[in-house]
Amino acid sequence: MKTFAMGGVHPEENKISTAAVIEEFPLPKTVAILMNQHLGAPATPCVAKGDKVKVGQLIGKAEAFMCANVHSPFSGTVAKIDTCKDAFGLAKPAIYITVEGDEWEESIDRTPDIKRECSLEPKEIVDKLKEMGVVGLGGATFPTHIKYSIAPDKKAEYLIINAVECEPYLTSDHRVMMEHAEEICIGVSILRKALGVPNAYIGIENNKPEPIAVMKAMAAKFEGIIVEPLKVKYPQGAEKQLINAITGRCVPSGKLPIDVGCVVSNVGTSYAVYEAIQKNKPLIENILTVTGKKLESQHNYHVRFGTTYNEIIAHAMGTLPETTGKVISGGPMMGKAVSNLDGPTTKGASSVLVIDESEATRAEESNCIRCGKCMNACPMGLEPYLFSALVKNRRIEEAGAHNILDCIECGCCFFSCPANKPLLDEIRLGKNLYRGILMAKKK
Amino acid sequence: MTEIWSAVLVLSITGAIFAMVLYFVAQKFKVVEDPLIDEVAEVLPGANCGGCGKAGCRAMAEAFVKQGNMDGLSCPAGGAEVAKKVAALLGCTPEEKEPQIAVVRCNGSCANATAKTHYDGLQDCAFANSLYTGESGCAFGCLGLGNCVRACQFDALSIDPETGLPVVDEEKCVACGACTKACPRGIIELRNKGMKNRRVYVACRNKEKGGDARKSCSAACIGCGKCAKTCPFGAITVENNLAYIDFNLCKSCRKCVAECPTGAIHAVNFPPKVERPAAPAPTAEAPKPEAVPASNNQTQA
Amino acid sequence: MKLLNVSGSPHVHSDESTKKIMWRVNLALVPALIVAIAYFGLNALLISIVSVGSCILFQWLIEKFILKTKSTICDGSAVVTGLLLAFNVPATREMILLVIIAALVAIGIGKMSFGGLGKNPFNPALVGRVFMLISFPVQMTTWPKPNFNGEFFSIASTPTTDITTGATPLGLFKEGGLEAVPDIWHYFIGHMGGSLGEVSALAILIGAIYLLCRRIISWHIPVTFIGTAFIFSGILWLCDKTAFLDPVTTILTGGIMLGACFMATDMVTSPMTKAGQLIFGFGCGLLTIIIRNWGNYPEGVSFAILLMNAVTPLLNRWFKPKRFAV
Repeated sequence: MKTFAMGGVHPEENKISTAAVIEEFPLPKTVAILMNQHLGAPATPCVAKGDKVKVGQLIGKAEAFMCANVHSPFSGTVAKIDTCKDAFGLAKPAIYITVEGDEWEESIDRTPDIKRECSLEPKEIVDKLKEMGVVGLGGATFPTHIKYSIAPDKKAEYLIINAVECEPYLTSDHRVMMEHAEEICIGVSILRKALGVPNAYIGIENNKPEPIAVMKAMAAKFEGIIVEPLKVKYPQGAEKQLINAITGRCVPSGKLPIDVGCVVSNVGTSYAVYEAIQKNKPLIENILTVTGKKLESQHNYHVRFGTTYNEIIAHAMGTLPETTGKVISGGPMMGKAVSNLDGPTTKGASSVLVIDESEATRAEESNCIRCGKCMNACPMGLEPYLFSALVKNRRIEEAGAHNILDCIECGCCFFSCPANKPLLDEIRLGKNLYRGILMAKKK
Repeated sequence: MTEIWSAVLVLSITGAIFAMVLYFVAQKFKVVEDPLIDEVAEVLPGANCGGCGKAGCRAMAEAFVKQGNMDGLSCPAGGAEVAKKVAALLGCTPEEKEPQIAVVRCNGSCANATAKTHYDGLQDCAFANSLYTGESGCAFGCLGLGNCVRACQFDALSIDPETGLPVVDEEKCVACGACTKACPRGIIELRNKGMKNRRVYVACRNKEKGGDARKSCSAACIGCGKCAKTCPFGAITVENNLAYIDFNLCKSCRKCVAECPTGAIHAVNFPPKVERPAAPAPTAEAPKPEAVPASNNQTQA
Repeated sequence: MKLLNVSGSPHVHSDESTKKIMWRVNLALVPALIVAIAYFGLNALLISIVSVGSCILFQWLIEKFILKTKSTICDGSAVVTGLLLAFNVPATREMILLVIIAALVAIGIGKMSFGGLGKNPFNPALVGRVFMLISFPVQMTTWPKPNFNGEFFSIASTPTTDITTGATPLGLFKEGGLEAVPDIWHYFIGHMGGSLGEVSALAILIGAIYLLCRRIISWHIPVTFIGTAFIFSGILWLCDKTAFLDPVTTILTGGIMLGACFMATDMVTSPMTKAGQLIFGFGCGLLTIIIRNWGNYPEGVSFAILLMNAVTPLLNRWFKPKRFAV
């Protein structure tokens, strides 16, 4: 069984929502669509107050290089263009829409038929992805068209589809593979064509036997799609680790996957690519897992962006359980704790995870006993305990010399620390401070 | 006897050899340095606070001596007294500078800006600031995790457990500015101490619209502009829904304090005024400027 | 409803904790403790109780009145120190009280003066032991003979007075009094003179295997420590069979087993990388044999480990983990 070179941990899997079929989420009344739902600069609103918009209509235009188009996930009237506090309380530019009915753009193919043929040239595929505002749905929301615009001096050799879903609890990738295997394979074929690579590898962690079987059966019907079962080990789905597991190649420090001839996309992204290219449907919704040990029912929803966390909670469980400690957007290892439940979901949201207070509260920190568990767990071969001490004493340049920027923030160090030191918090702080020092030096 | 003599002889010879080696090494690697640097370094406070912008007091002394005068260089920690001594050593006249003090421009105490979430991460303002808005939901307010307190070399800052805000000890603060750099939200500002330590300032940094600002904190500046209209000296400007009082223009008349609807403007160290209940009256423990108006605002709100 | 918690990721934690690690080490020491009680009777039990009790007490007192910090006695580290300290002294009657001084040195100087668990550069129990060895050389080298006659828990009938005093095989060898080739099996199960907990290699190995399975220690230090001692003493023995002790007796007698499995593997004072641990184990083994053969003391494990403890920060600096893609 293939796996990555070093480190890694085994968190409790808790995949309790694997059996929940993807449901359509009901339409809310008013929504705020954030203009920066992706990595990079915010999109520029291209509608005005009072305008009528349809589902799939372009409302935010990408003007900067690192940016993605934003389309309206709802039909209705633009109420105002203002700032809106996101799930973490930070004010972001947003377009408020009063939802009226559910009227879609005519160009979008809403029939359930599967369209297999794609006659577009690679350049046209990338352009269409840009137009449709497709971004990576693995969490980083990197604009897909930028990833697939390969610089002329680089050459892609491998396309890797990340269906690992190594985060505990999350099941959206699991469900999308179970229910949309063919669409995914068509999407992968399109991406393969866009890159011009012979083979695409779909990496799936071995704790998902059903999706592996479904995907293997479907991939057999397609040319150049190989399903690769991987060992269950966190962070198998981290980009560098996945490349290492599947190809044996190592992305060097400070380099990108394309520097070793690899392009990695999430399985959800390939489904979104299928819909964008074949069905003309822009990226307006995502599959969200709503799960938690203390919840009565587990769900997987098709949720349109802009729906607030409170609305999802209200629909899925009424109110949060009394002993809720934390609500997390994303998985428990790398997700972000939501502080403002009135905040809207964005393209990057993959789950609403409700953690009980017994698990959510951090145990008290004690002295480092130099057990080396953090070091052994680090998939990048770094020394988290050392960073912790250096950052605490603000010896940031030394931390930089020990390659603090190589950290992928997977959280294995804090997860395994018996002294409960907030290692990743300190490393993140150190990375921020070190980046500041580097910026100042450049100037 | 021979043993004694041989021991004495061996030790003397080795001692002499080492002495010679040391002498030659000392000569060879001698660093010629202006003795004035030592003298200047001697009169500097020696706290290495970095308030001057140099790496430490020694580096500052070198800068003084290299420049030969005090133009553009000043030791904020040492103040006028040190400046006088340095000037005497350098043979120049010290720059006149108004004495300053660190001022905490936030009134988001536990009572005014109630916690909407519970922060459970690293106790470091810079990290919490990169993570989210903070417990109160105000993205501009004090996080209360004490980076300024840790940055202060003079023990002049402490977190008031009741309000969760830093308190400046007016006796100890030397206005070195270390805390202003340590605060990730730029809440602490160096302002003129003012006549008899009396000063007026806006204790808020919130640039959101009035309603949003009030949602996270009852003592927030809502940018209504009443203070700017009232001010007879044009010292107050309102920008991005936030008022700011220019301490060079302010004459401490306190008209704005009475006008402010949320109590965001603070006046400290003034004698109590009976006829104007709106003005926050300092209590006996005067050097607690932040803590005192907090209770007053409660009654207003 | 309560306020929602907010913190950086990760939001879940493994069930590891310092407390768990320490109590597992204590559990691993139990077999050796049982053997000690069986061989040395009530003295062994009393020394262990007094040692553990005084370690906990001193830690509590220091934290409460000197450091004024929250008490950490529950984390079990004081118990580990106390047990190891007890294991390192002879099971004589005098030791029951003398071990209190050792506990004060171990906890006060060895551990708390540096800031408590995790900050001590030297193994606290060994600091206590070496202090005793230097301050009370006679009491620390008076060895009771193991008194085991088949009845395993005959504590009540075991005399607490030291009627029979013997010497350790190492001591005898140093004096040139070790007769004939001794019974290796006796050494293995611990039927010989020696410190309280170090006699039975079997009991120590049981504990060590438990720790290995729990991944609290790794094989690197014990194997290189014992291996180096074995090979080095073997070479010496082959050179001169009368002047040097044979390698099997070397590793089974004295404190090598206890030292290699429980003291050298102390997380706080041993290197963190595997390469560093190998060097550490090698250094411990080499120094032990050098001290045993050419030093003043018949036993050198404590000194060897303490010396290597001093090198640990350097080993941590030199031997870095292998980085990804380098």
